[in-house]
Amino acid sequence: MPFDEMLDADNRPRGPYSEYMSWYGEQDHARLLTKSRDAEAIFRKTGITFAVYGKEEAAERIIPFDIVPRVISGREWRKLAQGIEQRVAALNAFLDDIYHKQEIIRAGRVPRHLIERNEAFLPEMIGMRPPGGVYTHIIGTDIVRTGQDEFYVLEDNARTPSGVSYMLENRETMMQMFPELFHRVRVRPVENYPMLLRQSLEASAPPGCADKPRVAVLTPGIYNSAYYEHAFLADQMGVELVEGPDLRVIGGRVAMRTTQGYKPIDVLYRRVDDDFLDPLTFRPESALGVAGIMDVYRAGNITIANAPGTGIADDKAIYSYMPEIVEFYTGRKPLLENVPTYRCSEPDTLKYVLDNLADLVVKEVHGSGGYGMLVGPTASKKEITAFAAKLKSRPGNYIAQPTLSLSTVPILVKKGVAPRHVDLRPFVLVAPNRIQIIPGGLTRVALKAGSLVVNSSQGGGTKDTWVLED
Amino acid sequence: MQIRVSHSTEYNYSIPIHYALQRLRLTPRSGRGQTVVNWQTDIEGARVEVTYDDHFGNLTQLLSAEGDPHMIRIVAHGEVVTEDVNGVSGPHVGFAPLWLYLRDTHLTRAGKPIRDLARSIPGKDPLERLHGLMATISDKVAYEIGATDAKTTAEEALENGSGVCQDHSHIFLSAARFLDFPARYVSGYLLMDDRTEQVATHAWAEAFVEGLGWVGFDAANGISPDERYIRIATGLDFVDVSPVSGIRHGNSTETLAVAITVEQ
Amino acid sequence: MMLGRTANGLFWMFRYIERAENTARLIDAGVRMSLTGTQGSDDEWTSVLKSAGVEANFLQQYENVTGPDAIDFMLRDERNPSSVLSVINSARSNARMVRTALTREAWESTNECWIDLTSRLARRVKDADLPSVLDLIKQRTGLIRGAFHGTMLRNEIFNFSRIGTFIERADNTARILDVKYYLLLPAVTYVGSSLDNVQWVSILRSVSAHRSYGWVYESDLNPTNIADFLILNGRMPRSLAYCHEKITNNLGYLETEYSSRHNAHDTALEILETLRNRDIRAIIDGGLHQFLEDFIRRNSRLGQEIAEAYRFY
Repeated sequence: MPFDEMLDADNRPRGPYSEYMSWYGEQDHARLLTKSRDAEAIFRKTGITFAVYGKEEAAERIIPFDIVPRVISGREWRKLAQGIEQRVAALNAFLDDIYHKQEIIRAGRVPRHLIERNEAFLPEMIGMRPPGGVYTHIIGTDIVRTGQDEFYVLEDNARTPSGVSYMLENRETMMQMFPELFHRVRVRPVENYPMLLRQSLEASAPPGCADKPRVAVLTPGIYNSAYYEHAFLADQMGVELVEGPDLRVIGGRVAMRTTQGYKPIDVLYRRVDDDFLDPLTFRPESALGVAGIMDVYRAGNITIANAPGTGIADDKAIYSYMPEIVEFYTGRKPLLENVPTYRCSEPDTLKYVLDNLADLVVKEVHGSGGYGMLVGPTASKKEITAFAAKLKSRPGNYIAQPTLSLSTVPILVKKGVAPRHVDLRPFVLVAPNRIQIIPGGLTRVALKAGSLVVNSSQGGGTKDTWVLED
Repeated sequence: MQIRVSHSTEYNYSIPIHYALQRLRLTPRSGRGQTVVNWQTDIEGARVEVTYDDHFGNLTQLLSAEGDPHMIRIVAHGEVVTEDVNGVSGPHVGFAPLWLYLRDTHLTRAGKPIRDLARSIPGKDPLERLHGLMATISDKVAYEIGATDAKTTAEEALENGSGVCQDHSHIFLSAARFLDFPARYVSGYLLMDDRTEQVATHAWAEAFVEGLGWVGFDAANGISPDERYIRIATGLDFVDVSPVSGIRHGNSTETLAVAITVEQ
Repeated sequence: MMLGRTANGLFWMFRYIERAENTARLIDAGVRMSLTGTQGSDDEWTSVLKSAGVEANFLQQYENVTGPDAIDFMLRDERNPSSVLSVINSARSNARMVRTALTREAWESTNECWIDLTSRLARRVKDADLPSVLDLIKQRTGLIRGAFHGTMLRNEIFNFSRIGTFIERADNTARILDVKYYLLLPAVTYVGSSLDNVQWVSILRSVSAHRSYGWVYESDLNPTNIADFLILNGRMPRSLAYCHEKITNNLGYLETEYSSRHNAHDTALEILETLRNRDIRAIIDGGLHQFLEDFIRRNSRLGQEIAEAYRFY
């Protein structure tokens, strides 16, 4: 039986959920179902949509929203937050090291070949220390829970993590629909995230810039799947939302074309991948980036958030070394555990993985979004055989993990509520000398009974995530 | 030996360009075997946006041009005092890890012919093998202008059996890396005995030999660099050190004229 | 401070919304004409297509003009970039692009307009449903305007949006007049015929002015007054004069806010001079067709000059 966060073995509400459950007991189920439909209408009206790749052009969907909140106690949160902070600090130290002296490789704690053959290692970043020394200004750490005190880090999203707009809109929607609930339960606020993000980005501005750094969000444009979020964040922060063709190198800086001519930008929160960031440096055909921005960056005249090349830190092959990485840079044992990870590149391990495919989750080292992965326990024999062939042909391309029994939280269904598996992505802001973790995050939930795949592209939904004041 | 260099690059456009960027790697630095006495880059029709050290430690400048220039002229010139250091440019400096210089690039990827060539080089002593490699390449690939272009890969050039210094260098890099030597591309100037006017910069390769550091091999000429050589920039292949590279917007056609003089 | 691309997006978002509404009105007037059945209704649809500026495109897709085809082409044909469905898509894409410049209300009304209209226009509209679909278009675009006026700051964002609206509207009114200008000429033989009356009402109806005309002129329909109403009357919100008063005002605000004046300001003023303190008879004597053609060309050039002045591209 997976661990249910709301109900214990005797079907009694656990501590953090007691107040919510007493409220829930007073509700008329039909009314809740109506509210649930209202929520969907709000999302559609607001335009909180994402585009699905590979479907019809510009097919816009909304991510299903479940109105039962996911509740985390203050005590649980503090423990999580400490662990995340330690990990994020280590990731930044790792990035600084890997693009400079590479002490961790010299010390033999991370094998050289992992970096050497890694596409995510960006030579253009060698010797480059970003303003304020911050590489990952925004991180979304994916966490899963398997028991009362058992939390594991599943992934460190250190490139351009998305989903924070859902955290904010989910809360907004819940507060609109159930204001009385927020009188009864004291939930820590998340709404100040955009302000904190802006302050955090401003604090990382290049040293030479004016008193009030100018921040902008760089989006690939309205056809990007996360465009809504880009516009939302720019709007909430009160900064410009720019696209590649708006920008140009002028006066040694990156400047945006306004109705009154070009104005320089100090901090660019880019939601464009490294490859597309600078056609003069990376993919020459990219129209999404700014030619010459890497030159301006190396000259120290702009902050790019997150820094290019941070992908080397959240690479799935590096992931298995995170315990060593945390210990190497912080001098302490990691507070948060890694999911045990089998590196298929090692022949003995590969054999074990092939023998136990039915019990394992196998992921592509460079994949994301739940594509190209095998969930052994729910896969058919045929799928397993096909995957084994792929694995054998390119073992270095895969890692495997035991199937974790992810915790469940109930969702609203036609008749009452029913448990579904969840994960959690808290959002972390890194400024020079300061790491902040917003109390809450994005809870993703697999809507199909028994399913462990929570990705929105694969039929997952989201929940509001409450961290209690206690 | 004091060498005087003037290196002019001129772009002419059929109609005014809308916007263009040019990235320059045209500034030699003092180091083992060379001391820069004076050096400057004069620019017409464009302005310098930023100057910085790239990830290989090369001094790099970004230029922009907009509005209505029909022409961009870049003239790098100066004087460098050199001495013969037997091709050894010395220990590795900078943050770029040595293993990075084992990375394949599109231009230097080793296919079977290059792997066979590398395997055919006898000897145990690293230096001896590298010299052997240089001699073999020098022997197999004739120096011939026009047989290849800037996009020709090492494999293509070897198959061709002819090429220019860029091709000799790429083949050398490819084979040396296959033999597990960190190796890098070097752009520079070469003082020639029979002429002062040249149409292109020179290029050679350097391989890293434990105990010695970086050692230069000019496979096009079959020798290690001496006091006639001036180093400008290093990288994994030609793309990393290209003296002038850029992009431009607009529909104009471009003509390029390069004039180099290298004299004592 | 505003991105040039944002100014461009606002300009076009509001041009497209205006166009959707204008197209709905044109179809409405066309349907009325065809119901009166006094003349070949296909001719009437040809002139509706001309007024909408899509006749040439239509004839590439269809052999000849029929009411149902013309209506479908103008309402929902994706091959027609000016069909209601196309312009609502474009307006919404532009609104998404300039999302950060819009209030939540302004954005949501645009998004809801798109959601409703794309669903109502997903299939060919039946004759019986046409009036309600045309109403929905006018209603939805009206709601956008309402949300916009009720919530947006009167700043540069507002100015660019308004300029877009009025450039489009002026273009539309001028085209309607130009297609039917001959009906407004004092040709002795036809004066006062019932046929003319129907045509004149149709012109007024296509700019939603058949009621207000009566309030202003307190007289029977006559072509000179109609021309005066649609060209020179400063209180008629779809007249050329009114549109250009607004454009000039909004350009004036931008001039003050940015402390800079461009060619566009002079061009706008020049156009306004051709509409201010003029006698309609003088315009008609000087050649109405010529006047309208000149106007359409200058109005469009003004749009380009604004795009250049404010770095739309």
